Amino acid sequence: MSLTQGTPAATGAPAATQAAATPLPVAGRGTPSRRPGGRRRGGRPSSARSSKTMFLLVAPFLVLVFLFSYLPLAGWATAFYDYKPALGLAGSEFVGLQWFEMLVSSPVQLQQIGQVLTNTLAMSFLGFATSLLPVFFAMLLNEIRAPWFRNAVQTLTTLPNFISWVLVYLIAFSLFSSTGLVNSVLGDWGLITAPLKFLDTDQHVWLTMLLWSLWKGLGWGAIMYLAAITSIDPALYESARIDGANRFQLMRYITFPQLMPTYVVLLVLSIANMLNNGMEQYYVFQNAFNKEYIQVLDLYVYNIGITGNSLSMATALGMLKSLISVLLLVAANAVAKRARGTSII
Amino acid sequence: MTTPTTPRPAPAADAGTTPPTPARRRRRSPSEQRSRGDVPFAILNYGGFLLFALLCAYPFYYLIINSISANDVSALGDVRLLPQGLHLSNYQQILALDGLTNAAVVSVARTVIGTAATVLASAFLGFMFTQERMWKRSLWYRLTVFTMYFSAGLIPLYITMQTLGLTNSFWVYVIPAIVQPFNIILVKTYVEAMPRSLQEAAEIDGAGTFRTFWRIVLPNMTPILATVAIFTAVAQWNSFQDTLLYVTDQKLYSLQYLLYTYTNQASSLAQAAQNAQGNLGSIVSAATSQTPTSIRMTVAVLVVLPIIFVYPMFQRYFVKGIMLGAVKG
Repeated sequence: MSLTQGTPAATGAPAATQAAATPLPVAGRGTPSRRPGGRRRGGRPSSARSSKTMFLLVAPFLVLVFLFSYLPLAGWATAFYDYKPALGLAGSEFVGLQWFEMLVSSPVQLQQIGQVLTNTLAMSFLGFATSLLPVFFAMLLNEIRAPWFRNAVQTLTTLPNFISWVLVYLIAFSLFSSTGLVNSVLGDWGLITAPLKFLDTDQHVWLTMLLWSLWKGLGWGAIMYLAAITSIDPALYESARIDGANRFQLMRYITFPQLMPTYVVLLVLSIANMLNNGMEQYYVFQNAFNKEYIQVLDLYVYNIGITGNSLSMATALGMLKSLISVLLLVAANAVAKRARGTSII
Repeated sequence: MTTPTTPRPAPAADAGTTPPTPARRRRRSPSEQRSRGDVPFAILNYGGFLLFALLCAYPFYYLIINSISANDVSALGDVRLLPQGLHLSNYQQILALDGLTNAAVVSVARTVIGTAATVLASAFLGFMFTQERMWKRSLWYRLTVFTMYFSAGLIPLYITMQTLGLTNSFWVYVIPAIVQPFNIILVKTYVEAMPRSLQEAAEIDGAGTFRTFWRIVLPNMTPILATVAIFTAVAQWNSFQDTLLYVTDQKLYSLQYLLYTYTNQASSLAQAAQNAQGNLGSIVSAATSQTPTSIRMTVAVLVVLPIIFVYPMFQRYFVKGIMLGAVKG
């Protein structure tokens, strides 16, 4: 430490009259032990000033982070008031834990939240269950020899990822509504007499939502793994081939295990997001028929908060969700640390 | 159209797939036992991907052929493979609708301004977070990245936007989206992989932090910035939720939100369009008079067309960008 500190001082001294800070960081960064704190304390004031100046350059952006990510935490107070938007928080009545009690006390409410939680977890688990599909997609696509075909597949299958859920819904509507393509084709072939209801039904909602997510995201999800495949050491394949491995054995014993670290990290990250399914997909697909099974937590918070106008209860629910998510993140981070030796945040 | 004529996205991908090639050739020699399985496998593999690719592409094609087909035929779901009764009057009528041009302007503006702001901020912050001299660098970095996994929730955010006076303002589309942790991680990883000597040389020559960034680092990270730009632009263009939550002023509706309302009100819009034609005294043919289906399809095509055109051109950039990001996992 003393040695690394000595270096910048020595090189900095002759150049003291120049732009004061410049020689210091150069030598400082070159040193193997990166200790900005120690260097600053031992160094000269100019070093400290440059470090604060850099902070000032970043500060405006940190203000944005604070405003839109940390300041809203103050809004959690809403959960303890009977919040009336017109009166503001000051004019609203403080009710303590009333909303939290309401969430669990009334059987009707409890039953509804139970259903919402079931939906949320079911869709998340269906997501986990299909999370290996992009890996297989990438491995199989990697076996395609014709480059033009591989490119075409990659382009076409990633395209749905780039359209909005509104448009996905519109596509779903034009294909699967009672006057849509699928029903009209089935009718022409004489397979059905009355149009099938694909969208206005509470049957298989979880499954159809999963299928739409897969349609939209599978090709895109595979890109990450295709990238990871290119970084596998070719020597592994060569030695396996010398040992007589065939194509399937190469996939099974080389490619697949080599992709697992990336897969595990992504899976662990998605565990932290287990309760955050987002609401856009479910918002556009929801209707009076499928409402019971399509309401995930995020959508439910929206529906009771914005549509149903009970802002305080929605906040209470959202608050619980965020706290559980943080716990999940900490747990996932611990798992990642153990599995990989590095933390994810 | 979507088949790229551009060279293969990333040379690295070829580098990775080249090594197995000799093996495949070798495996086809008679001495290999499993070679018999290769042909059925190839057929299944090609067939499977062909099917999935068609499944992804056909809906887009379906929208397009229906939007230019005779409306009475398309309403029955009878336009399946080729357009029938070609006409473009759907586009004329839809483009004349109130609000659509306005929404298109809003969407284009938020995409351009929002993308520029986000890209610059991501580049700058990603660079600054590599600067070990910065005061409490890792603390700020962690606080920023943490927001990727944590949010106070919908209602508190809504109240915050209201307090800040951002509801019913164009800037609600731009300002909250400026700092995107994921993009910052991408840029930071990229800058860390750049040779240190580049920055050091600039600093020895007397360049300050800002000048080093602007003159040396920024020009050297165009691939990753292109990636960030395309991500951001697509997200901005597709965003629907922020309009739904924060905007009630019709002048500020985004195209996606308008598309959603049109989808829900297509029947009444079709009626209005037919009435308007009737009032003009023109003879309304069944082929060109608006139906709910034709309205939905036409608006959908107008919204998706920019993406279909722009996306293949940028594909190689974000494939490369994903790879750069994926190296670190």
